[in-house]
Amino acid sequence: MIGIEHYLTVAAALFVIGIFGIFLNRKNIIILLMSIELILLAVNINLVAFSSFLGDLAGQVFTLFVLTVAAAEAAIGLAILVCFFRNRGTIAVEDVNVMKG
Amino acid sequence: MLQADLNTILPEIILACFAMLSLIGAVYTSKDKAAGLLVWVTAVIYVIVGLFIATRTTPETAFHGMYNADGFARFAKVVILFSAAAVLIMGQEYMARRKILNFEYPVLVTLAVLGMLVMVSAGDLITLYMGLELQSLALYVVASLRRDSIKSTEAGLKYFVLGSLSSGLVLYGSSLVYGFSGTTLFSGILASMSEGQAPLGLLFGLVFMVSGLAFKVSAVPFHMWTPDVYEGAPTPITAFFATAPKIAAMGLFARVVFDAFGGIVGDWQQILACISLLSMFLGSIAAIGQTNIKRLMAYSSIAHMGYALMGLAAGTAFGVQAMLIYMSIYIVMNVGAFAFILSMERDGQPVTDISALKMYSANNPGRALAVLILMFSLAGVPPLVGFFGKLYVLRAAYEAGLGWLAVLGVIASVIGAYYYLRIVFYMYFGESSDPLETPKSPVLWSLLMVSAGIMVLGVINLFGIEGLAEAAAMTLVN
Repeated sequence: MIGIEHYLTVAAALFVIGIFGIFLNRKNIIILLMSIELILLAVNINLVAFSSFLGDLAGQVFTLFVLTVAAAEAAIGLAILVCFFRNRGTIAVEDVNVMKG
Repeated sequence: MLQADLNTILPEIILACFAMLSLIGAVYTSKDKAAGLLVWVTAVIYVIVGLFIATRTTPETAFHGMYNADGFARFAKVVILFSAAAVLIMGQEYMARRKILNFEYPVLVTLAVLGMLVMVSAGDLITLYMGLELQSLALYVVASLRRDSIKSTEAGLKYFVLGSLSSGLVLYGSSLVYGFSGTTLFSGILASMSEGQAPLGLLFGLVFMVSGLAFKVSAVPFHMWTPDVYEGAPTPITAFFATAPKIAAMGLFARVVFDAFGGIVGDWQQILACISLLSMFLGSIAAIGQTNIKRLMAYSSIAHMGYALMGLAAGTAFGVQAMLIYMSIYIVMNVGAFAFILSMERDGQPVTDISALKMYSANNPGRALAVLILMFSLAGVPPLVGFFGKLYVLRAAYEAGLGWLAVLGVIASVIGAYYYLRIVFYMYFGESSDPLETPKSPVLWSLLMVSAGIMVLGVINLFGIEGLAEAAAMTLVN
């Protein structure tokens, strides 16, 4: 029988993969954007699982808001990335280093 | 019912309509040529909306408690709107001369301000998230406004990645809080914790949310984006980052810990005291080696956020009052400091190197004196107003039984005084080098002088802000 704890475990695993994707990734900024999407996805799974477990619709409404904002966020992230690429000519993570301190 | 709710959020509706109308208007007419005018119109609208919010009386909540319009929200909103107006006017000339005054700039700032107003009014996890994202998404774009500059786009990119990560942390925390309390309303979350006991899941949610919010106020250990973003973004935008978003994030922080988790003060008090302590020390020590004044202001803001969090960590109404007073003073000082930084230039190019200030006082005695007052006030030297801000938070922490934190706070402020005094030292005693030019800008000059004047004259009664902040804190903590 699949219960709420299984969904929460999957969501937690996705969340941790997303966090590690951001901090351990040394290659490409696109992977950072994918990791951020993964984190938001984990949140959505959490919300939908809780919503059906509690029999409360607020969680699913929240999920719709998160999905909408995630789309806007990805659009803005890619736009900034394109600007950065035009100036720098690369999107490798190790080249985001003009400022250090 | 709906009529009354809509009436309560009227200021936000006005700002949203204004942002969309000005966007459409500018796109279909003169585009960037009208940007200068639009900046002034936007600033005037902010001031009008701020006065409107300050004077009207509405029901305390709207939309079944999802939205709060209490005294706390009102206080924070007025400070946000006034500081945003001052910063917009301040940066207009600078941006126009460097050809980066796009008409999108005031529009994006308006959207960010709208997000901030929603943040400080949040009474529900969904409202919190929408406000936070509206503010953040607009700020990511504003940070990389100078599209042809590597530094500006890199600042935007770093801000975007770390800001999204922090939003993700807040969201994951929200989902856990929702799951373990069964509701997204702050009042419901508070009611679900009977007798000061919270289930483990709720505590996990709290920790995630606090970490995410600490990112937004740039508290240690989540501060690493701040110096890079401050340095990379164009200076007027750095000035904006250092003022309005900070008080919005602090207001949201206070909302979450008191409205939703007010029943378990003991659980979050230790976390807040810890990040406050780390912020104060890291901000004070790391700033010593900085040569760029924008980076220095970044570390200075990290340290100041540490002090404001100290007021919050007290967990009392007096602590919230102290936090509000501290933030208001901090914002006035920062507006003045950035008005000065914006006027630092040589051969028409902006200069941000601190050593360029050597012997500044010889050519500009008036400005140098104003900066001296501001730097002393930032360092918290009595009897200037900045000292009273520190006094309030230290007293709040001491009375709440966090005496050790107050003592360490004093030590950190002594360390921090070094780098503020170094700027003053350069201005008055440094060996002469290429002198800086002073662009004739009555706006920057008057903002600098007004801000310095407030730091001196405010010692009489802090302009009555004490009573206002107390009334505001009382509506949040009861």
